[in-house]
Amino acid sequence: MSTETVEKKKSGEGEPLFSKKNRRLLSDPLNDNNPITVQVLGICSALAITVQLKPAVVMALSVVFVMGAGNVIISLLRNLIPSRVRIIVMLTVVASLVILVDQVLKAYMFDVSKQLSVFIGLIITNCIIMGRFEAFAMGNGTWKSFLDGIGNAAGYGVILILVSIFREFFGAGSLWGHKLIPDDWYMQNGGFYHDNGMMLLPPMALISVALIIWVQRAYNRKLIEEN
Amino acid sequence: MQELINIFAKAVFVENMIFAYFLGMCSYLAVSQTVKTAVGLGAAVIFVLGITVPINFLLENYVLQEGALAWLGPQFETVNLSFLSFIMFIAVIASMVQLVEMIIEKFAPALYGALGIFLPLIAVNCSILGGALFMQERAYSNITQASVFGLGSGVGWFLAIVAIAAIREKIRYSNVPAPMRGLGITFVITGLMGIAFMSFMGIKL
Repeated sequence: MSTETVEKKKSGEGEPLFSKKNRRLLSDPLNDNNPITVQVLGICSALAITVQLKPAVVMALSVVFVMGAGNVIISLLRNLIPSRVRIIVMLTVVASLVILVDQVLKAYMFDVSKQLSVFIGLIITNCIIMGRFEAFAMGNGTWKSFLDGIGNAAGYGVILILVSIFREFFGAGSLWGHKLIPDDWYMQNGGFYHDNGMMLLPPMALISVALIIWVQRAYNRKLIEEN
Repeated sequence: MQELINIFAKAVFVENMIFAYFLGMCSYLAVSQTVKTAVGLGAAVIFVLGITVPINFLLENYVLQEGALAWLGPQFETVNLSFLSFIMFIAVIASMVQLVEMIIEKFAPALYGALGIFLPLIAVNCSILGGALFMQERAYSNITQASVFGLGSGVGWFLAIVAIAAIREKIRYSNVPAPMRGLGITFVITGLMGIAFMSFMGIKL
């Protein structure tokens, strides 16, 4: 990763827009360098809003937007920000973007916005965003930063959606609010099935993520930690 | 008085920042390797929450809420600045954290060295902003209640991180399946602790 000033145009001339290196920026965070299961960033919101699929998807899209736009803005400003006050500048940029998302959600998807309650506001302090600003956007060109932002937000979104599918299906027998398990399978209707109410409770989110980590690391053994 | 104790106990146990809302998980997972650093970070979080929640409460009630600017004069009675609350809260938090950082650097250099990068990261610790946002959402009626809520949330966070650090120090001697080592097993332990903390859930205070 070159830290020198690489403007969008220049990097476009030097290498194709989707060169191998640039594609890796997008694909790495999906598996080898996943923000949640490997970098351990952005766990807070990932666990709290995964009870149902719909809020999780909305949250993932919001983060993709904030992350992509924020990374572009920070990388455009990176030579102007004095390093002493960079944290406050970053927080201001994120906070403005999040206010935008919050107002749009309140206007067009009021019920989802109520469900997400404080967690939209907490995108501001989502560690992925600050982490990527600090680690990538401060030292790289605009196009690269944009790809990195989208890639990391997508890696976050994938885990979010997996966990919420798992929890909503086993916890409530539905997906996106639609019942998938037939009514007459249930105990109270003389069937054999019972929803696992435990899945809806907060601690099971942690355990679901732990299971995802287990599966991922069993296949991708270079991620295994010492202890 | 009883009401204040209720708010405190609720913030520590029933609505624990980590086990009920998962706020501040990033630093919780990253700094819980040893009990010593965990205690340091936990204390810093109690301190920052205890200061920022009341300050944000004043901000909310005298600047941001609808009609909160009425003290400036009758023409400001209809001003509603609540859409600015995210940015105002985070600015207060970031500056308070800067202050705490300078104090710790001056008076406890050893602790400063141990906390390393995670001190500035308290600014982006979700539990701090979360504390401010929950305070706003639950609309506490006066500043004492807000400060007690802030302190209680901090103490809850402190308890959680010290407990997990103590467990992690011991789990080093156990035979954990290789892919679960480190992060995975910590998640599972936190989940189990969360289930234990759920026993407080039914308590009406």
